[in-house]
Amino acid sequence: MEHGVLFGVLFNIFIYLAAGVVAVPIAKKSGLGSVLGYLIAGAIVGPYALGLISNQQDVMHVAEFGVVMMLFLVGLELRPALLWQLRIPILGTGGLQLVATSLCIFILLLFTNLAWQTALAIGLIVALSSTAIVIQNLQERELMKTEAGKNAFAVLLFQDIAVIPILSILPLLAISDAGIVESATSSWQSALLIVGVIAGIIIGGHFLVVPLLRIIAGSRSREIFIAAALSLVVGIALAMEAVGLSAALGTFLAGVVLAESEYRHELESDIEPFKSLLLGIFFISVGANLDFALLLEKPVLVSLLVAGLIMTKFTVLFATGAIFKIQRNQNWLFACALSQGGEFAFVLTSFSLQRQVFAPEIASLLVLVVTLSMVFTPLLLILHDKFVMPESPHKPKYHKNAAPEHKIPENHSPVIIAGFGNFGQVVGRLLHGYHIDTTILENDSEQISLLRQFNYKVFYGDAEQLDLLHAAGADSAKLFVIAVQSASKTKRILIKAKKHFPHLTVLARAVDRNHAQQLLRLGADHVFRESLDSGISLGVETLKALGMRANQAHRAGQVFRRHDEAVLHDEAKHIHEHEPQYVNSSLTERRILKKLLGMDALTYYDNLNDAWSTEAHSNDDKNTVSGLAAAHKHNKSNN
Amino acid sequence: MQKILVLFAHPALQKSLAHKTLFNAIQGLEGITCHDLYEHYPDSFINIKKEQRLLLEHDIIVFQFPLYWYSSPAILKEWQDLVLEHGFAYGEKGNKLAGKRLMLAVSTGGSENSYSKSGYNQNSLEEFLLPFSKMSYICGMSYLSPFVVHDIHKRHDSQRLLKKAQEYRVRLLTLQSNSEFDVDTKDSENSTEQTDNAEQA
Repeated sequence: MEHGVLFGVLFNIFIYLAAGVVAVPIAKKSGLGSVLGYLIAGAIVGPYALGLISNQQDVMHVAEFGVVMMLFLVGLELRPALLWQLRIPILGTGGLQLVATSLCIFILLLFTNLAWQTALAIGLIVALSSTAIVIQNLQERELMKTEAGKNAFAVLLFQDIAVIPILSILPLLAISDAGIVESATSSWQSALLIVGVIAGIIIGGHFLVVPLLRIIAGSRSREIFIAAALSLVVGIALAMEAVGLSAALGTFLAGVVLAESEYRHELESDIEPFKSLLLGIFFISVGANLDFALLLEKPVLVSLLVAGLIMTKFTVLFATGAIFKIQRNQNWLFACALSQGGEFAFVLTSFSLQRQVFAPEIASLLVLVVTLSMVFTPLLLILHDKFVMPESPHKPKYHKNAAPEHKIPENHSPVIIAGFGNFGQVVGRLLHGYHIDTTILENDSEQISLLRQFNYKVFYGDAEQLDLLHAAGADSAKLFVIAVQSASKTKRILIKAKKHFPHLTVLARAVDRNHAQQLLRLGADHVFRESLDSGISLGVETLKALGMRANQAHRAGQVFRRHDEAVLHDEAKHIHEHEPQYVNSSLTERRILKKLLGMDALTYYDNLNDAWSTEAHSNDDKNTVSGLAAAHKHNKSNN
Repeated sequence: MQKILVLFAHPALQKSLAHKTLFNAIQGLEGITCHDLYEHYPDSFINIKKEQRLLLEHDIIVFQFPLYWYSSPAILKEWQDLVLEHGFAYGEKGNKLAGKRLMLAVSTGGSENSYSKSGYNQNSLEEFLLPFSKMSYICGMSYLSPFVVHDIHKRHDSQRLLKKAQEYRVRLLTLQSNSEFDVDTKDSENSTEQTDNAEQA
């Protein structure tokens, strides 16, 4: 080539990005999901079709880092307590799945003319599923928090951990002796090193990273914070690689450690775009890696192997799910989602090849089969949506083939509630108690079947989807309650609702003050901060416990509430005009708090003390503290 | 022994001059239930069934409150509106309170003289309290002469108030032990006031 190296690199980058930009929107529009879009794009630009990209193997290794970032983000969502709750699915479901799948594949392969070592190695390699494909697909469907989603995640986590022992077993399975080299190097030393690195991540995360992030956030320069976030992830990955552990596991751990820090959201929003981009590139390179030549050469064998792999994995997963009592319809989703081979298969295959565990022909066949099984996952999930869900009791109501009794009734409810978690439940139960006809939109199918038993009108689905809103009767409803947990989702639903159903009065749940202001600016008619009322109630009880009269304390709470709401509405109108907007959301919060604290001192105590004063003693207890002390005394003497 | 229920309504006891002392004086007496309405219902959301049960358990009901705008503080009106239900307190079958006695224990800012035709308030206290005596009549209760502490704005020295509190306590104890007893308020009030004046002079 007469062009320089830079040209080649830029050309590759351009092709990857452009392929994604063109393919993904088309795939999403036609309901295939972004993963399938990327895979198809990769296949099209790959060496067997247009041949626009070269050395996709190398690109894939770089892009695998997207998986590492994804696990960091997943970790950020999982506080340690939550992780502890998942211990049974991780060890039980995950462990059983891995052992049983490996064994089944191993036994099936023994019927071919492969050596038992090779069969076992392949069994171990394909037992692992694809974190990237599964999580991306489930997140896109907002299914991560369902029973199936949680279990799938637990299994993936176990598989990530299992890669370490598998890496040490594979060399032992080498057909020739060439493979076994350094496996004997003092295992206790490396074990010690591993423990040290993990402890380092946990302790360093707590005592080093958070203070460091605080200082960096103080510099108020966004790119430096992003650089810090990235170097954190890369650094941990490096450390893990150095001691021979899975980088994904390490960053996941770091994510969990940082899940309770105030920088959780900042880190999330900074890493997210890089993760998405890298994952996209990863999927494209998987697509580009599809060995169409081999496929055309042995179409029957390849299809049989792919079908066999998916069916075996599916069967084992379904049985495992049944043993661990995953609900039937959730189990379908669980088994479909995890039925592919994973990106670890690529790593482990090339590793095995180096250690001469099996021949190059087997390796390339294995990679092809695993890749194809990955391509089939999004398709399987689409099939699942179409055929399994409608048969389950919580089928999407808006589905055309829904049974008559599940059709959306003619008489639409005046109230629609999106999200039936902790918050929505309170609203829904209150209305239900007064027999007010409400329609509930929820995407946790466990919840739904329970609610159905109590005659709630519940529909499965994502309130962001326009067709679901139409189906739920948004056109004729009066009130729309947005009670979903995610702040960003609330905003998206609100924007949709305001755009397409302007007649609706929207009452929205806000996670905090900042969010409440954003919702007000987006046109929410009423916003309710989820912690405001309980915080005030607790404060009122505290005043009472200190001896303040109950009705005084109650009024103090009311005065506070009205004052705070007034300031909030005022700020929502003016904040973006003359207030500095910090890049760091925690700095914004601190500024708001500072302003509020200043106002507090001035406003409400006077307001309180003026009540029920008579001319004779209106100045007697201007000082709240002495008034409180007096009341306290009175109470004591009563006792 | 007659059982007494004191319904106490004071929205700002920390600013109270008289009622803190009065209310303290009747605490912990056998057969006297002190029920602090503002403390129990800070949001004025009154538990109707509980209040009716309390009424049924007692023979004498006392409303103790400072006079605000010639009437009771708001919560006591709310209490009447909600608790004295048709079919419970009045109406065809509403005879649950019949035969019980009702007494008001009231403080006023103005002097006794101000509550007269020629005084600042132009009507007698009795006239201002007419809604309470009528309520009592409709419910079939006998309306006792109110216990009144006048002139709180000007004369709230603790000695006077302690003395008044003692009188209040004695009045309740006497009512408790005598199912027929009532006092001729005018005389008693006058005599006390006179003693007070004498002491001050």
